[in-house]
Parts: sequence; C-alpha cells; structure tokens
Amino acid sequence: MKIVLLGLMTAAMVFAIMVLIGNEDYLFAAVVTAVTLLVNWVYLRRGKLPAKYLAPGLIFMAIFQVYVVGYSAYIAFTNYGTMHNSDKDDAINAMLLNGQTRIDGEPIYPLTVVTDEAGELNFLVTISDDSGATQVKVAANGEVLQQVTPTEFNSLGKATAAEGYTEMPFRRIAAIQEEVVRAKLYLSDDPDSYFLMTPDASQAVVFGPRLDYDPVADTMTRVEDGTVFFDSGEGTYRSAAGEDLAPGWRVEVGLLNFERAITDPGIRGPLLRVTIWTFTFAILSVITTFILGLGLALLFNDAKLRGQRWYRVAMVLPYAFPGFLSAFVWRALYNKDYGFINVVLFGGAEIPWLTDEFLVKIAILLVNLWLGFPYMFLITTGALQSIPADLMESARIDGASAWQQLRLIKLPLLLVSVAPLLITSFAFNFNNFSLIYLLSGGGPKDFDADINVGHSDILISMVYKIAFSTGEGRDFGLASAFSILIFFIVGTISYFSFRRTKTLEDVN
Amino acid sequence: MDKELSKDELKAYKEAKAQLSNERKTTFGGWLRKKGWKHLVGWVMVVYSIFPIVYVISGSFANADQFTSTLFSSFTTDNYVDLFNDPYRPFANWFVNTLFISGTAAIGSVFLSALAAYAFSRLRFTGRRAGLLTLILVQMFPQLLALVAIYALLVNIGNVFPFLGIGSQLALIMVYLGGALGANTYLMYGFFNTIPKELDEAAKIDGATHTQIFYGIILRLAAPILAVIGLLAFIGTSSDFVLANIILTKPESKTLAVGLYMYVSDQFGQRWTIFAAGAVLAAVPIVALFLYLQKYIVSGLTGGAVKG
Repeated sequence: MKIVLLGLMTAAMVFAIMVLIGNEDYLFAAVVTAVTLLVNWVYLRRGKLPAKYLAPGLIFMAIFQVYVVGYSAYIAFTNYGTMHNSDKDDAINAMLLNGQTRIDGEPIYPLTVVTDEAGELNFLVTISDDSGATQVKVAANGEVLQQVTPTEFNSLGKATAAEGYTEMPFRRIAAIQEEVVRAKLYLSDDPDSYFLMTPDASQAVVFGPRLDYDPVADTMTRVEDGTVFFDSGEGTYRSAAGEDLAPGWRVEVGLLNFERAITDPGIRGPLLRVTIWTFTFAILSVITTFILGLGLALLFNDAKLRGQRWYRVAMVLPYAFPGFLSAFVWRALYNKDYGFINVVLFGGAEIPWLTDEFLVKIAILLVNLWLGFPYMFLITTGALQSIPADLMESARIDGASAWQQLRLIKLPLLLVSVAPLLITSFAFNFNNFSLIYLLSGGGPKDFDADINVGHSDILISMVYKIAFSTGEGRDFGLASAFSILIFFIVGTISYFSFRRTKTLEDVN
Repeated sequence: MDKELSKDELKAYKEAKAQLSNERKTTFGGWLRKKGWKHLVGWVMVVYSIFPIVYVISGSFANADQFTSTLFSSFTTDNYVDLFNDPYRPFANWFVNTLFISGTAAIGSVFLSALAAYAFSRLRFTGRRAGLLTLILVQMFPQLLALVAIYALLVNIGNVFPFLGIGSQLALIMVYLGGALGANTYLMYGFFNTIPKELDEAAKIDGATHTQIFYGIILRLAAPILAVIGLLAFIGTSSDFVLANIILTKPESKTLAVGLYMYVSDQFGQRWTIFAAGAVLAAVPIVALFLYLQKYIVSGLTGGAVKG
C-alpha cells in the first residue's frame, strides 16, 4: 500500500521534473526534486516515525502557509503588478508587438480585395507617388508586396483586377471580414519595416513599429518623434523627460513600496484612515457584541424561564446562517431605493446606508452586531454556568445586591475565562474581509486617494482591492507591503495575548 | 454547633419561607416585572435574529416585482425554477462544486491533522515542543493575509502545469489543505491526549504496529470528534469567499459563495428574488448541520477557556 502510493507520487513528480527541465525552469525543478527525494527518504528508511506522520501536513503547510508569507515579503520589495508582471525580454517583445501604430503623414492607398487563381485571399494596392506615377502591387497576408500588371481600373483610378487576380465579391469579403482587417502587407523584406493594413477592405493604411529597440545600447526609440527611452532601473524604459513606456517588467525596488506608503500623501492619508477604522471596527465590534451577548446571557440563564430553549435556538440562528449570505442579505436590506429598512422602517426615506461615508460604518457595525452577538451569548452563557453556585449563594447571604453580584463576582470570573476569546474575536474582526467586502465593497470610494480604496475599507479589503480590483491597475508590490504591515500588527497582538494567557504553559 | 438552628435562624427561615409563598401569588404587574420583561426582550431578540432570514425566505417565493415591502405578499416557485435554468450562472454546478471542494478539503485536512496530532500526542521526538508552538503561532495568521503571494504562486505553477494553476479547483483544495495543520491539529492533539495511552501500550505488547494503533485505536476512538471537526471544516471552507474568488475564474467552476456574489454585485432588484432562492438552498444544509452540531461547537469554542 505504502509502496504503491509512494511509487505513484514519485512517478508524478518525475514527470513534473521532466516538464520543468523541458521548460528550462531549473530552480523550480530543483525544488520539486528535493521534495521528492525528501519524501522518499522519510518513508523508505526504517524508524523516523514522527516524520512519517508529520510530513504530509507539513509539506502543504510549508508551501501554502509558510512559504507564501515569505513570498509576500519578497513581492513587497518588487514592483510586481499589471504593468510589471513579467521579465524584461517578455516586456521588450510585448512593446515591439503591441507598439505598432498608424504612421501619421503617410498617404492612404486605394486597395481591392482579390483572389488569386487558387482562390486564396490577396490584396491589390494602387500606389501612386508624388510625381503621379502609379504602381500596382499585390500580396497575401504577411507577405511582401510584389508588382503586377493591372487589367482593370475603376472610375477613381483604383486597380480592381490584375493578371491572375480577380476582385472578390462583397458578400464573400463580409464573410471573412476578420481575416481581411487583420492582414499585414509588408512594403519590404525587413521585418521591422512599415506595412499596410486595411480597416475597411477598400483603403490601405501605413502602419509601422512605434518603437525601435537597440539591443546594444539597450534603448527604445520612439519612431514618430525620436525620443530615446533608457532602462530606468525601476522596471521600465524611461525618457529624459520622465515618461515611462508600458509594459514594464518585474524588478526588485527595495523599500520603494514602503516608502510610497509613508511619504506619498495620496497613499499615506488613506492608509492611516483605513488603519484607524480597522481598529475602531474591530474594537467596537467586540464591545457591542459582548455587551449584548452578556446581557442576554444574564437574562436567559434562568432555567425557570418558560420557552428559554426556543429563545436560544432563535438567537443562535444568525450565527448558524452562512456569513457570506448574511452579508448579501443585509446588503439588500440596506439598499437605498428598494431595501426593507428604508422602504418600510423609515417610510420610504432614501437613506444612503451604504453610500454615505459615515452611515456605512454604522451599518457595518449593526450587521456585525447581528452576526456576532450569538457567539458572545453562547460563550458567556457557558462561562456563567461554570461559576460555582455556592459562590453566588454566599454572596447573596452576605447581602450583596444583584448589581454587586454582577460587578464584583460574575464579571471578574467571566472575564478570566472569556478574555482570550475576546482577543480571538478581535483578531478575527481585524481581518473580517467577507463582511466588509461583501456588504459594502469597502465603499463609498475615496476619490482623493491615489489608490483604489473606500471609506469603509479595512486593511485586508484594501489589500485585496489594490491587488485584484478589475478596471484599475493591479499593484501586487504595494498590496504585499500592506499585508506585511498587517502581519506585524497581528503578530504584536498575538504576542501580547500569548503572554497573558496560559496556552503556552499547557504545551510544557 | 450545626446540629440545631438557633431561634434567630429559625425565625429568619420562617420569614423567608413566607416571602417565597407570597411571591407565588403574583399579580400580572408583578409577573411582568419579574418574568414578563424577559419574555418581551426575548421576543424583540427573536424578531431581530430571524427577521433577515425570514426576509430571504419570503423573497425567494415572491414575484420579482413585489418583494420589498411586505413579507409573503405573493407566492411563486418560479425563482427556484429560474435559478437552475440560467446558463451564465450555473447554480447546480456551484452547489456540486461547493460539496466537492469543501468535502475533499475537509476530509483531507482532518486526515492530515490527525496524522500530525498523533505524532505530537504519542511520539516523543526532538522539536516536538517547538513544533506545537509553531502550530499555535501559524494559527494566528490566517492564510488570507498572504493572498497576493498565493495568487502569484499559483500563476507561476499554472505556467508549467495548467491543471494546478489559477482556475483549478484542485489548486484551491491544495491551498485549503495548506491551512489544515494550523487550524485543527492543536484541537485534535488535545482530544488524542484524552485517549488513554495504556490502550496503545497494550496493543503494542500484543504486536500491533504503529499504523495499526493509529488506524485501529486512535482514529476509531476519536471518530465522533473527527467527524465533528470535519463538518466544522466543511462549514468553514464552504463559506470562504476570498480565496475561492481569486482562484476560481470560470463561471461553471465557482463555488456558491463566489457564484452567488455574481447575483448581488450587479444591479440590485432584477435578480434579488432568484438570489434569495439560491441563498435559501445554500443555507439550509449549513444551518441544519450547525444546529445539529451546536453542542460540539459551543464546547469547542469554550473548551480551552471555560474549564468549569
């Protein structure tokens, strides 16, 4: 059994290594080889039991939880993003391929779509120079134009047929339209030369490369105005005037992303505001849910109350309902024009719950109260029930009032057991991406910021939007720099909560 | 001393008894002050808790144009029919995908964590304590913090092996498995520690191998708790939005969380009732599972903190 599994895995890995070597991806291949050898070594030798039990989980954890953190840190020091997503060679090729443009000032030539004797698509171009002399040339897609003898002209002097070539009927042209407009007819053998394209199947327009690459000097020259672009060292070609060519490529940029976060006011401002709101949101969420949950627990921790069980079930429902759906449902309830809250509770008022920068925060906290109070209710009920009954009894006998019992006995005992859970709850809300993103999308958008960020965004949803929002440029480098910041905040919080709880002692 | 009550104590006892019997004969006002207000609060909370849920259920049976103001004002099952007949939003696929992805990830992560927890609980080796500490530490940092790197890593892998790159459900499952050890091992380690070591020792003396002990004794005895942890992992992954959203790209390979987002992210109103039908179908299994597991969830939540 073990041998069969191991064999299958090794076979798959060997196949992977072959593919990787075929792709000349030696680093990746080396890593896969090392993992394969390690796994075989662990399982084939005798002994080393712990490793045999730990290896499968550790491999996955090493890749998708530990390595990715290190990789985040690396990306934070690069300019990886939409405009910089590949290496330099790819970027140069992309620039040369996409950089073809219509050359201004070149004449437009009359063109006829024709078929040769074999029925193949060809293009007949009538080229007249300044002196009035006319040449008629023909070519198929991707070929160099060759001179032919014209046989027919129309009233405007355009050649419509030539020896061996006949005009294609309009209906056929319409059927192969795409092929026609994509065709390139070269003016000379030089692959960098100008070429003709026809946007409408009756005229030919001169196209040419927008950029000229000089591999020796490593510069790009823009053909139309002769501007020279040099490798800026930041993953782009840049002109003396500071203009960058797109796309760029991926390079390490050192602390640039962190520098931007600190010095660029269009980023620093939003970052600071988002950080403050993240803390406010997490702290207020914990406090409000805890107070409501505790109040209800005190109220319903009464075995004599009839129907207590049913109240409990109903109150646990928000917690049982899948969180992502709750966010969607509340989003609908809050809708400005159709939402139940505005239409029914506020009699048709158009309160912009999710689009006003202040109201959206209230709305989010109210939803999180709904989502979170059942958890607090459950854990405080549990903690209350675990307070010894004789303790409460002796307090009563000593004449403590209900308030004194709560403040002096129940609360302190409760907090001892619940405090670690409150910290966990804080940490969870600190990164409560789903609620924010699915409820308000982080909106309303902050138009003063240089990055895509909204007024209700928390740090993690801001990271997501910078890295993945469609429509705006993706900036993985900056997003990773921000996630490193979150790591430090979460790490600090965990460190202090670790010191205060006894989890560590349990391990010993 | 405590054989007999003194006269004073006897008197106090009688007074207390009289007071208690007085309280039994309460007026309505008295009842309201003592118990009724609790019921009042209870009812308010019940309405607050279940209203959004009732609203979705009502919406799922409403005609598309009259869902906002009154609950259950119209009744139609069209929304459920439409839900399954939208080629651009293949709900049935999403449902199956969610079951497949979350199911595989849950089973896989329980198995991986059980293996590791067994090693930590039963075997003694150097680095054991450091390993446990690392697990607790890793637990603190949710995977979603590294989502940019996860995305970039999968792009790189996908350049060579497209079936494991962005857009692949297998890749998503692997990412979930990466979070398995951190999430469950420590919890399981605790449960395995409660299984008496004498059992394995007896088995060892009878000639059982370590695999026989693991599969035959530990996994057997911990099966109920493993099932609970697995179901909780299932609930957790099936609610994940962000990783599934960046990794799954094609409409037919999405999960419920990502797919249903397509309904709400567009213009509200036109498709709300269909979304509501989808939400009801998506929520029913999870809510049922949750209520069924409630006592385990509560004890799991508080197990570490509230030891009674």
